[in-house]
Amino acid sequence: MAVAKILLVDDEVPFVETMIKRLTKRNLEVLPAHSGDESLKKLAENKRVEVVVLDVKMPGMDGIDTLKEIKKKFPLVEVIMLTGHATVESAIEGMKLGAFDYLMKPSDIDVLVEKVTEAAAKKRRHEEKIIEAQMRKITTRGR
Amino acid sequence: MADNRGKKNIGSVSYADFRVKIALLIVVVSLAPLFLVTGTILYQFHLFSNKMVHAHLDEMVLKHRQKIDDFLKQRLNDISHLSRNYGLSQLQQKQFLQQHLRALQADYGYVFVDLGLIDDNGRQLSYAGPFDLDDVDYSGSEWFEKARTRNTFISDVFLGMRGQPHFIVGVKQKWAGQEYLVRATIDFVAFNTLVEDFTMGKTGTAFIMNHQGEFQTQPPKGTLKLTMQQYMNLFEMGESARGGTVYREKQNLRKFSSEHFHNELYQIAREYEFQRLEYTAIPPHKYKTFTVEKMAQTGTRFVVIAAFLKNDDWLLIFQQEKKDAFAELNKTQIIAVLILFAGALVIIFMAFFISGQLVKRIARLDSEKEVMNQQIVETGKLASIGELAAGIAHEINNPVAIMVEEAGWIQDLLEEGIDKADNFEEFKRALSQIETQGHRCKGITHKLLSFARKTDSRVETIQINEFVAEVVDLLSQKFKYANIEVDVQLNPQLPSIEASATEIQQVLMNILQNAVYAMEKTGGKIIITTWAQNQYLYISINDNGPGIPPDNLARIFDPFFTTRPVGKGTGLGLSICYGIINKMGGRIDVNSKVDEGTTFTIVLPLYNQEPKS
Repeated sequence: MAVAKILLVDDEVPFVETMIKRLTKRNLEVLPAHSGDESLKKLAENKRVEVVVLDVKMPGMDGIDTLKEIKKKFPLVEVIMLTGHATVESAIEGMKLGAFDYLMKPSDIDVLVEKVTEAAAKKRRHEEKIIEAQMRKITTRGR
Repeated sequence: MADNRGKKNIGSVSYADFRVKIALLIVVVSLAPLFLVTGTILYQFHLFSNKMVHAHLDEMVLKHRQKIDDFLKQRLNDISHLSRNYGLSQLQQKQFLQQHLRALQADYGYVFVDLGLIDDNGRQLSYAGPFDLDDVDYSGSEWFEKARTRNTFISDVFLGMRGQPHFIVGVKQKWAGQEYLVRATIDFVAFNTLVEDFTMGKTGTAFIMNHQGEFQTQPPKGTLKLTMQQYMNLFEMGESARGGTVYREKQNLRKFSSEHFHNELYQIAREYEFQRLEYTAIPPHKYKTFTVEKMAQTGTRFVVIAAFLKNDDWLLIFQQEKKDAFAELNKTQIIAVLILFAGALVIIFMAFFISGQLVKRIARLDSEKEVMNQQIVETGKLASIGELAAGIAHEINNPVAIMVEEAGWIQDLLEEGIDKADNFEEFKRALSQIETQGHRCKGITHKLLSFARKTDSRVETIQINEFVAEVVDLLSQKFKYANIEVDVQLNPQLPSIEASATEIQQVLMNILQNAVYAMEKTGGKIIITTWAQNQYLYISINDNGPGIPPDNLARIFDPFFTTRPVGKGTGLGLSICYGIINKMGGRIDVNSKVDEGTTFTIVLPLYNQEPKS
């Protein structure tokens, strides 16, 4: 069983490919996406995605816009921002918009895995709470 | 460098021009009122002091006229006193007369020369004096003929029997039906001193003349300043000045006198009518002076002031060189003019000095401003380089990230062992990927280096197309992220141009970066076109972004005008562009419509029009 199911979004195809190999080796199930639009499409197709690793600087729909869309359509999915030096501000903005954390690119693979694991755990906790709440709702309705 | 020197020369010429203009302005503005005021004051002063000098001279002449008249009246009075207070018997005694003569001489000095009593027939009944004139018969002598018809008379100066210049004062008196004449002789010298004392300045002298042009006192020292005729004219002038009736009367009298007595110098006795006995009495008419200015034969101008005396018989004439009379005035005028010219000289000097200082200061400020502008351009360059650097860093970061991950992947595989499955193939792929990404990095750094290397603003022959391509290349990543499509339409036949590479880069960079900023959110298209036409080179940068609102359009080239949030833009970019292009003799045209886009057109002269030294 995979540690977590993630969606990796970056416009650099070689980067995505190598990352998939490395992350898969570390027991993560990784889906690739090369633009904001594609990531939204993939998320809609794969409901099981727990964490999105999102590059901030992308042509077309950039990281921040994509983040907003993800949070709007898939509020439970956790997002980790990947950023170059120049876009630390946008990473911070991303955090304010509900991203789980941010990482400087290139980042240590183990740190990334750790963050992803944390994010996945948070998401699962979150989901459990929701399920609990729903169950309570059902049980109280029964009374 | 040569170009720079050329500019400086042009500058210094215009500075010199400017300096002369300022100096002339100062000189005109300060000297005009100075000359006007001084001129007016001098003229008014001239009029005033002329009046004062004339008034003073008139006063002096009148005073002396009065003094001489008084003298004559006094002498007449003395004799009148004698005739009225003593009887005929007393006056007939020689001893009595001698006694009185001595008394008069004791009182007045040697004024009275002698005393005498003459009967109706002209025989001198008694005489007291230095000459032997007892029993002399005066009948037939001109003065006696004249005197017997009057109550009182004063003769002109004549030589008479004694052969010395003198004049006679006489009073007619009746005793026992018989008319007698009491007469006295007045010493010419004593009388003369009265007039001779009247001098002014260096050249002012006075003398008395009668209607016949005979001097009644010693003629003026030295040569006569005017001709006799000119002196004679004074009489007519004086009479006409005093009024017609008197003039006519006198004319008749003169005719009468000249008919009878002409040509007999010193022999002509003239009446002197003793109008009243009181000496304080008002004269027959108010005595006035009249003044003429004459050019003497020597060429110097004279002021001649004359006044009648002795019932208009005699004319007291005062003459003075004009130069002398107005010596004080002339001195003042010369001093004033000297001060004026000294002042003018100082003003002119100061004007040139001050304008020199001023222009020097302005030149210094200009050069400081030049330096400042240079610094602003430098700052702007740094700012745009900073902006660029952020983009470049990200651009480099991507391949670096890939290389790092590939290296990490290789390490991952190494842990598995090199001989496992297709790991070897995977190694090869990863290495070639690293190489590819390394080349990508190299490409980026080379671009950056070629941009950064051109840091001096040296003017050289450059091909604009190359720079457009280079800058577009450098910004390609930015365009990509902002979804901007760039269409570069370069005219391959574009001529080269004399310009500074860095400056051109900066201008292109600034305008393109603005376009990117404007379309960052929306994306769009930029069309860059170059062409040459009519000695000008055109670079047009057209975007289909949001456009510039008309309110802002007029201000885009103003320094520090920016629409970006605080901290995001300096507001210097376009003002620097404007400065650069302006300096090159070109211009930047802007066309913008809101929601349609903006076109910046840079127009550069193909040939530098500034003269080269």
